Amino acid sequence: MASFSHAVGAQTYRFDSLKDVMAKASPARSGDFLAGVAAQNDGERVAAQMALANIPLKHFLEEALIPYERDEVTRLIIDTHDKQAFAVVSHLTVGGLRDWLLSDAADEHSLRALAPGLTPEMAAAVSKIMRVQDLVLVAQKIRVVTRFRGTMGLRGRLSTRLQPNHPTDEPAGIAASILDGLLYGNGDAMIGINPATDSTASICAMLEMLDAIIQRYEIPTQACVLTHVTTSIEAINRGVPLDLVFQSIAGTEAANASFGISLSVLQEGYDAGLSLKRGTLGQNLMYFETGQGSALSANAHFGVDQQTCETRAYAVARHFKPFLVNTVVGFIGPEYLYNGKQIIRAGLEDHFCGKLLGVPMGCDICYTNHAEADQDDMDTLLTLLGVAGINFIMGIPGSDDIMLNYQTTSFHDALYARQTLGLKPAPEFEQWLAKMGIFTQADGKVQFGNSLPPAFRHALAQLG
Amino acid sequence: MSLDLPDNPWLQLRRLTPARIALGRTGTSLPTSAQLDFQFAHAQARDAVHLPFDHAGLSSQLAERGRDSLLLHSAASDRHSYLQRPDLGRRLSDESAQSLRDYAAANPGGVDLAVVVADGLSALAVHKHTLPFLTRMEEQTRAEGWSLSPVILVEQGRVAVADEIGQLLGAKMTVILIGERPGLSSPDSLGLYFTYNPKVGLNDANRNCISNVRLEGLSYGMAAHRLLYLMREACRRQLSGVNLKDEAQVQTLESDDPDLIKGNFLLSPPSD
Repeated sequence: MASFSHAVGAQTYRFDSLKDVMAKASPARSGDFLAGVAAQNDGERVAAQMALANIPLKHFLEEALIPYERDEVTRLIIDTHDKQAFAVVSHLTVGGLRDWLLSDAADEHSLRALAPGLTPEMAAAVSKIMRVQDLVLVAQKIRVVTRFRGTMGLRGRLSTRLQPNHPTDEPAGIAASILDGLLYGNGDAMIGINPATDSTASICAMLEMLDAIIQRYEIPTQACVLTHVTTSIEAINRGVPLDLVFQSIAGTEAANASFGISLSVLQEGYDAGLSLKRGTLGQNLMYFETGQGSALSANAHFGVDQQTCETRAYAVARHFKPFLVNTVVGFIGPEYLYNGKQIIRAGLEDHFCGKLLGVPMGCDICYTNHAEADQDDMDTLLTLLGVAGINFIMGIPGSDDIMLNYQTTSFHDALYARQTLGLKPAPEFEQWLAKMGIFTQADGKVQFGNSLPPAFRHALAQLG
Repeated sequence: MSLDLPDNPWLQLRRLTPARIALGRTGTSLPTSAQLDFQFAHAQARDAVHLPFDHAGLSSQLAERGRDSLLLHSAASDRHSYLQRPDLGRRLSDESAQSLRDYAAANPGGVDLAVVVADGLSALAVHKHTLPFLTRMEEQTRAEGWSLSPVILVEQGRVAVADEIGQLLGAKMTVILIGERPGLSSPDSLGLYFTYNPKVGLNDANRNCISNVRLEGLSYGMAAHRLLYLMREACRRQLSGVNLKDEAQVQTLESDDPDLIKGNFLLSPPSD
């Protein structure tokens, strides 16, 4: 293991290993203090950033942060590294990579070609020496396009996951939130329910219901019930219609074990999903959720900082050609990301690192009631991610998730991003919205229809 | 004077869900009243996070019902430390661990189920739901002949603290009633976490969760029903967690009638 030192003025700072430099170079956040891996003070942090900037990218292929022998995620990263794709930046240091990413040499085409040549540790390293505007500017160059029944990630588009959660999985309550979301133009990324229970029977019933709604109204979207991958496999075995296979993932083998999964279990889920052949435009069908702090919370971080652990999760994700990946940035709580400032930075880091690695990133722009954050912080992150070209965000009634007890972006928030940034929904869904008379969008401006779509007017009439 | 905003023709959906639907819009944004309602709810939830645990009140209510309790403290000394150091909230303080060891030495033989109650992120939830839930649960545990520990009250506790408690008590299983993090519409939601063969160092994959126990959520009876199901299955299969799925088929919630499960206004038959 290499040690590193960096002299600034009269003081020389020493770091034990690559993972030590990486952790100490991380912009301050509570989770790294909790893990005891953060810099002692601001001076040491910037010195670590300077040391990190001087490390050759090639060194990352020689010094694994988590040993190859002990961790299947490390093995996946090393064994699938594409040396040819890496060649274009292989002579650079971390600092050199930052300069290259910001230069005109890095464009949509060259960045797409580079993605399989970068390891998550390289992406995390460069993000640590980038400011917010760097993270936005580079991410904005990158497009990661995926397809199932709709097309995600095209330039000038922003999609939303309609999240119609209900505290007891009441079908009519879920349907009410779905209709509310559709009428505000949300739901092109998916209609995705977090179920309140683990019961396989009720999960199958919810999948049947979503499939029936999508078919009945011919909505060009995908359904997902966010249950454990093994439950999705069971549902598929029972012959239940299932579009997207969900799983929470993390960046170490041990953290994944705490979720009750491994790479081979994910492969089984992916294969089961593919066997249904339900995608009409493409077969990207895995939906993953991640978030900084998950490895530490499972005590499975190996002394690696939380942002680097998170980026390693994207290596797991990209192996399964996912439809979408969602960093649920503020959900985990203040012990990992203390306040609005830390949440905003983390959301931008995750989006940047994921995109750089070729992952179709979205962000659950969110916070909990025990974090020092509020709606103003979420507006800021939403605006920044909108400019950065994020694939999708959540859409929920009035920002209030009444099942998971946290706040995320609302149906109205997505409309705000459309109005201010001119972002449209996925093209297939844009056409559906126009056909239904919900809204059209010209020069950014959202123009709502004058009356309820007839099909939904009929449904509402049933309620009397 | 306020502006005339566009009508919200789907206002009637509000009766189907407590979600903040049909809020209307001004342009594409939230109208003023909905915006301020949200801010007030957030303020209330923030206040719930910082409400202190009234363990003395709970303990005396339990005593009135002839139920013993023990008060313990996690290794997190106060709320500030609790919020930033989850590792401390998952372990007992040294003094509490010792007093529990003393209790176990004086009451040898173990129990089937260690019953733990911790403030978690909402003491409000624990204040409101502990007694009525335990009443329902104990009707069923008594009928089935399970032995229970005294009610162990933990200040500044997190879910995993129940594993240490179960281990020290020599319990076959443990359940912890804990205040979930407050939502805007639900500052008082109680969570139940169940572990078979509890010991220090287990993770979430070893636990089963029954969440959202409150008046507007999962009923006490249903939560107790599910817990008893998990206890029986865990003992039969000698495990808990992701490999023990909640297959409890409950007539009132998961009817065998598929129309009742899937049926809703969006899927009603077309009129023509």
